Amino acid sequence: MKPPRFEYHRPSTRDEVTSLLAEHGDEAKILAGGQSLVPMLNFRLAHPGHLIDINHLEGESTEPEMNDRWVTFDPLVRHVGAERSAIVEEELPLLFEALRYVAHPAIRTRGTIVGSVAHSDPAAEIPAVLTALGGEMVARSARGQRTLHSDDCFVGPLVNGLEQDEWMEVVRFPRRGPGDGFAFEEFSRRSGDYALCGVAAVARPTPGGMSVSLAYLGVGVTPQSVEVSARPMAEYQHPSFLGELEHLVAAELKPYSDIHATGAYKLFLAVRLGTKAARRAVAMGVPG
Amino acid sequence: MTEKRKISLTVNGESREVDVEPRWLLSDVLRHELGLTGTHVGCEHGVCGCCTVLIDGAPARSCLALAVTIDGSEITTVEGIAEEDGRLHPLQESFQKHHGLQCGFCTPGFLMTAMPFWADAEDMTDDELRKEISGQLCRCTGYSGILASIRGAAAIARERQGER
Amino acid sequence: MTTKMFGAPVQRNEDPRLLTGKGRFVDDFESGAYGAAFLRSDFGHARILSIDTSEALALDGVYGVYTHADLEGLLSEPLPLLIPSPNLFAPRTQYALAKEEVCYVGEVVAMVVARDRYVAEDAVGLIFVDYEPLPVASDLEGASLPDAPVVHSDMPDNVSGRATEEKGDVDSAMASAAHVFEWRFEIERAAAMPMETRGVVANYDHRTGSLLLHDSTQAPTGVRGGLAQLFGLDPDSVHVVAPDVGGGFGMKVIQFYPEEVMVAWASRKLGHPVKWIEDRREDFVGSNHERGQVHHIKVAADTDGRILAMDVKFINDAGAYCSYGLIIPIVTAAQIQGPYKIENFRYEYRNIFTNKVPTSPYRGAGRPQAVYVMERVMDKVAGELGIDRAEIRRRNFIGPDEFPYEVGVAWQDGGNVVYDSGEYEKGLDVLLEALDYEAFLTEQKEAREHGRLLGLGFGCYVEGTGIGPYEGAVIKILNDGTVNVAIAVGTQGQGHETVFAQIVADELGVAVDAVKLVSGDTRRLGYGVGTFASRSAVVAGNAVHKAAQTVKLKAAEVASRSLEVAVEDLVFADGRVHVDGAPDVGIPLGQLAIISNPLRYAFGKESEEAVLLAQRAYAGSDRPLPEGTSPGLEATEFFSPTAGVFAFGTHAAIVEIDHDTCNMKILRYVVHHDCGKVINPMIVDGQVQGGVAQGIGGAFFEKFEYDDEGQLTNASFMDFLIPYATEIPALELHHTETPSPLNPLGIKGVGEAGTIPGAAVIANAVSDALGQPIDTMPLSPLKLFELMHPGHQEA
Repeated sequence: MKPPRFEYHRPSTRDEVTSLLAEHGDEAKILAGGQSLVPMLNFRLAHPGHLIDINHLEGESTEPEMNDRWVTFDPLVRHVGAERSAIVEEELPLLFEALRYVAHPAIRTRGTIVGSVAHSDPAAEIPAVLTALGGEMVARSARGQRTLHSDDCFVGPLVNGLEQDEWMEVVRFPRRGPGDGFAFEEFSRRSGDYALCGVAAVARPTPGGMSVSLAYLGVGVTPQSVEVSARPMAEYQHPSFLGELEHLVAAELKPYSDIHATGAYKLFLAVRLGTKAARRAVAMGVPG
Repeated sequence: MTEKRKISLTVNGESREVDVEPRWLLSDVLRHELGLTGTHVGCEHGVCGCCTVLIDGAPARSCLALAVTIDGSEITTVEGIAEEDGRLHPLQESFQKHHGLQCGFCTPGFLMTAMPFWADAEDMTDDELRKEISGQLCRCTGYSGILASIRGAAAIARERQGER
Repeated sequence: MTTKMFGAPVQRNEDPRLLTGKGRFVDDFESGAYGAAFLRSDFGHARILSIDTSEALALDGVYGVYTHADLEGLLSEPLPLLIPSPNLFAPRTQYALAKEEVCYVGEVVAMVVARDRYVAEDAVGLIFVDYEPLPVASDLEGASLPDAPVVHSDMPDNVSGRATEEKGDVDSAMASAAHVFEWRFEIERAAAMPMETRGVVANYDHRTGSLLLHDSTQAPTGVRGGLAQLFGLDPDSVHVVAPDVGGGFGMKVIQFYPEEVMVAWASRKLGHPVKWIEDRREDFVGSNHERGQVHHIKVAADTDGRILAMDVKFINDAGAYCSYGLIIPIVTAAQIQGPYKIENFRYEYRNIFTNKVPTSPYRGAGRPQAVYVMERVMDKVAGELGIDRAEIRRRNFIGPDEFPYEVGVAWQDGGNVVYDSGEYEKGLDVLLEALDYEAFLTEQKEAREHGRLLGLGFGCYVEGTGIGPYEGAVIKILNDGTVNVAIAVGTQGQGHETVFAQIVADELGVAVDAVKLVSGDTRRLGYGVGTFASRSAVVAGNAVHKAAQTVKLKAAEVASRSLEVAVEDLVFADGRVHVDGAPDVGIPLGQLAIISNPLRYAFGKESEEAVLLAQRAYAGSDRPLPEGTSPGLEATEFFSPTAGVFAFGTHAAIVEIDHDTCNMKILRYVVHHDCGKVINPMIVDGQVQGGVAQGIGGAFFEKFEYDDEGQLTNASFMDFLIPYATEIPALELHHTETPSPLNPLGIKGVGEAGTIPGAAVIANAVSDALGQPIDTMPLSPLKLFELMHPGHQEA
């Protein structure tokens, strides 16, 4: 299990990355944290002719940054940088909670937030969090920059919304709004494994109650959204909510079966975990 | 032959230059180019954790790092943690005291994973400590000896303080 | 008087080395060796039409690409059948490289040797094989049916062996019994998965015609013998070393895996060291598995729950080849009665080939299946008759005064199974008290009223350990007082350098760390069998004990001459031999070693004294080395047990099933265990704890997902789930010590005990929690979901 041959590039500026991609596009892979790419190289499931190593970009931030609207992750912010960030803890409680479920400590020291989004694994936590929060990513190519909403970031399993000559420069999550509540739930076989099913929940105040956006991982080819319409707080805690969510989930999700869970079991988990997450998110929020 | 690149690493406090093919894994370079065979390779896909070393002070999988990409970094391996006089590190001594190893193959990975937090381990809950070392597989011990070893290291360090 | 080391939790001699990165595992040798890689079959079953190696050979840095066509003589024949048996009427072993047919995904087809492993893997990708796919027999039960596809084209069906035995009169007992039940049980494959994969490094020296092989094996002596024969070499020219081995659990005992012979052959052919280190993906499809069995049980009981008769029919998944013969079904059949007295018993098994990785013993070796079946039977009979589950076991136990107990079936060594000693009811009582069983029953009743799914499962077992034929030990006292010990049984983490040192330390009155033990190096001891079947402590331990006694006698004789004191008046303590009652009058052991070897080259003042003492000691004899003595303090002894010895115990788990996830959590796991006299309780605890983790892993996490084409679809640690620390509970361990009467040290083996009852305990606990039978294993949250929500099945 050794990587195949490739041509190695070590750009020191973002512009160099962009021009290397313009040149090698379809044959190139970007190496950031490498925690997903290198296993694929070792298994020889990936055979990039060119590897563009962005770990030596100069002057890159290793911590998230914040403006009035967004918390922004540059390409070399690693999971551990996000985990230890006071900005993330205060402004992105959903991401903060979800990071606990991302693999293991020795993986999170290398893996990057942007890389997790770019890898577009439908069973991974961060794409679901981005989807639930309605975040964005900035794609860059020699043709310029464009912004993709989270709904357009994820196209299929391990397929992101980038063109061949584009790379993902930045990922940003909206800062929490007043009264918002959040919760993340997942079930995996072992600690740190990809989830059989997981869900990121965002509760937002509405007149007289709250609405909840759920984004599921592990149940589709991309993160799957389920919207719970506005209702009074008490309805979430009522036993009948589970049945209501069951209907919603059954209508929206068509989970695939894998070796650890059938579609039916994933649906079951989606209802149970979704109920838990919605209730917790709502309990944390402040109704409008 | 693939063109090699010269990289510079600081390994266990010593500056080392080594010519590497870009595709060589850090684990292979440490073991076969630098002769540091204490770092073990168990799965080469990042799950078992046997190959964990410290890269710039943080535990990381050496099988998931291309050596070329960590050019300029500081690496600490299991060969580099004993005290200067050759005495075992308190964490190493604790593994012996609490039977934290059997075959010893996964052990370097557990030691390196615990390096950043062993001093605080005795105050962690059982669940917290287990979570910290999840990501490291051991097939021999059932983990109980390992948990006791990590938890017991601080006491050994304190005893040594007292001796001084 | 020196403190007794036997029985003390002595810290391990091997640890400082392993903790500082100074261990020496197979990949740590011969850094300049060429790298080898193998092309493996992608098909479960196929005919090889042609192999094109030209592109691979043309790659820069490739030194050799080999297929079966390159092999000659014995090497072109199938690899040896290790354990033949009259009941194994259709054995098949694989070729070192596949000849015309591949019979499982992973079977080696071609070998590449190159500058390094990277290039070797590149070249493997450039070998093109034209296959004609053949029908695949993937499922065990399916493969056993008369119209199944054949695994081997030259066989009419897939049955490689069959055996049956009966004691008493099963049919009559069934006919007159109050209750007769019939059940089916299934248990799937599992595997050892040591953290260190297999690996071999060979260095053939053309100048001397000798082969040095470092091999991550549990049986270096057998490897040496086989390779010598295969290559027509004098066995003394073949040197095999099992260095530090990173776990084996039975999987590394097989001789020969194809790679083992091919690496040695390639080194000889190329005149250069060659190394092959199995990667993890290869390990999944290239290293043996075990466990797959399906049982049909008929059992008769009286109204009190006493088992009157049992009829066991089972099939065993051999995989594609059976180099290890029928050992697994033999052990299952021989051990299924466990600790219970069953007057009328019959078994019949068939060993079935499937187009999957071959099987051979993995920690437990046929017993986990046996215990799972028997313990499910006990729970089910208890349930049918309304008897408490602890009580029904008590009623069926063999009594403490019934030993030696004839089980009435044949054992793997060819003799009959005879239990040497046991206190089964006492063991259960220890466990029940530790559990506070009555309190649990009350708690469970209350929990159920609140809808909680709480369950308890027992697993009682008897484990045959310490089989022959023999092991040996060489002990030598060095001039500095160090005691060198060599044994043939290599270590894979069991602490050989410590436990055997403890035995020597007591005998010779030296410190444990003054004993330096080397294991698994054929130049240090050329005769031995191997580390398997929980036999090292028993067989090698008693050999070490004997050798220590012999060397002690030699030392005493030299001391007796030197001090002019009778042997009986000498005491061995603190590294010296002194006169009883006069501790100051004595000689250090190292000095005795010098005296015993009358030469004049030793350095230092002690040596000078020793030479003078030697002159005195030998003054009365007519030559420097008197007739009947040998130079040095050295002894070689062998121990051959008369029969196996039988450890026992009971495990219990309390589990809870979560309604929201259908996951199982183990709330408590309590162990009673008895392996006779314990040499080192710390190490014994470690063996049991590690074994239990593997038992739990096999029962709930680790599952091979083979498809109908014989493809293993989860051949990685990402999808084959070995538990982390977060999945294994803290264990509660309780020991008793019932010595074996069959060896001087009174010990029994412990290596496999922890793993054996795992499936039984978890199956029984989950069954209790859900109120449903658990008659197929392993379990998973998915399986629990389907049991808990039968209406939610896939459309």
